[in-house]
Amino acid sequence: MNRNLLLPGRFFLLLFVMLGFILTGCNRGPKSEGDGSGEFEASGTIDAETQEQLNTAKRIFYSLPSPLETAMLIKNAGAEYNEDLMNPTANTSRYITAKSKALNLGIYSTDLSYASLFDQNQATLNYIEAAKKMADGLNILNAIDEETITRLEEQINNRDAIIDIISETLMNSSSFLKENDLEGTASVILVGGWIEGLYIATNLVDENDLEGSKLVERIVDQKLSLDIMVSLLESSPEDPDAQAVLADVKTLKTIFDKITIDQGEVTAVEDPETNVTTLKSESSIEITPEVFIELKTKVIEIRSSYIS
Amino acid sequence: MTKKGILFLSLVACMLTLPVALNAQCKQFAKNTCKAGLEPYQHDGNYHAALLIEGEEAELYKTFYSERDYRIGVCGANNLSSIEFKVVDTRNGKVLYDNSLHDFDWKWDFNLESSQQLKIVIKVPVPDGNVDEPEEGCVAIMFGSQDD
Repeated sequence: MNRNLLLPGRFFLLLFVMLGFILTGCNRGPKSEGDGSGEFEASGTIDAETQEQLNTAKRIFYSLPSPLETAMLIKNAGAEYNEDLMNPTANTSRYITAKSKALNLGIYSTDLSYASLFDQNQATLNYIEAAKKMADGLNILNAIDEETITRLEEQINNRDAIIDIISETLMNSSSFLKENDLEGTASVILVGGWIEGLYIATNLVDENDLEGSKLVERIVDQKLSLDIMVSLLESSPEDPDAQAVLADVKTLKTIFDKITIDQGEVTAVEDPETNVTTLKSESSIEITPEVFIELKTKVIEIRSSYIS
Repeated sequence: MTKKGILFLSLVACMLTLPVALNAQCKQFAKNTCKAGLEPYQHDGNYHAALLIEGEEAELYKTFYSERDYRIGVCGANNLSSIEFKVVDTRNGKVLYDNSLHDFDWKWDFNLESSQQLKIVIKVPVPDGNVDEPEEGCVAIMFGSQDD
């Protein structure tokens, strides 16, 4: 028999085996220990071995507030616009390492979102350029391209369109990094943006009037995201930048641990007319002026180390 | 170059580019299908999507804030059955929403009286009957919000 006639068949057999390996092997996260609650009942008739493999490869996502969401929360809490609290765009040339570029991509993205939500057109244009420099420096392809800048310039008086463009650039960066197995970098960007939001918020609060402040409530709420942030960064143990940032987050966590949030049981009540559900619950917070100042001081210290 | 060499290089090229191509498709799916459906809520810019197999589960942890209206969207590719999802209180495991009780609606609109950390548990259901080769497809979880 002519051996060459078998080659294409062997090739395609091998190709399908490899494709099968790739398709079933990619995108599997670590096993979840879980608490068993909220789990689904078994359904269908998938074979036991396959089901076992799926159970041991449950995908876990940790979602932090994006720079855009952080800026929205600040504005929604009644904060004012203060350009002095933003990282000057002239600082972009300082950032040489991948870590500083990632952190400041997050920081500039929060500043960009903050400026745009307050209709600061020139600052919006300046900060998207700064964010672009950081993204380009990280080789994040097409996250913010010239077409994005042109669209932003054309829509500069349309806040909703600008917010859409910012949301798209954040999604482009995040998806590019995740597609290229750079989850650690994506996490560092989010932490940079989160720290900037915390810096702006803590500096806009009157330390002598914490009681009843919406902004203080939002700052305290960040305690709820800390364990998510720790888990996210711990899921990139091979990334030294993520681990360095994790140490900062853990330092902040020790201060947040001094803040009390009491939450009652949550009850879901659906409005049959609008189909919108309200999660009803009682909640109270307790933060002393001393703890607030300690938190603010630490945030300033960490943020200063990121932007210098 | 020999025929074997060309075949080998083709195989390596397939191996290297296929996952990237599939992930890129996943991003386009998330953007065109899921994100577009969040309107009038504003997408937060976060991207959570992955290729999942029938029978597979995933979890997502996120803090949601009081005095904001939210839409959670969980979208699955056309080759998958309707995605099941539940929203769970992380403190005690209480199920706050289960889309199987709402005709497997892909989205859920809600607001909160106080900020909460919630867990979204999703599952790609296995169709009735024996499944020797489960389907795989993109599943995206996206969030939109607006002022209360």
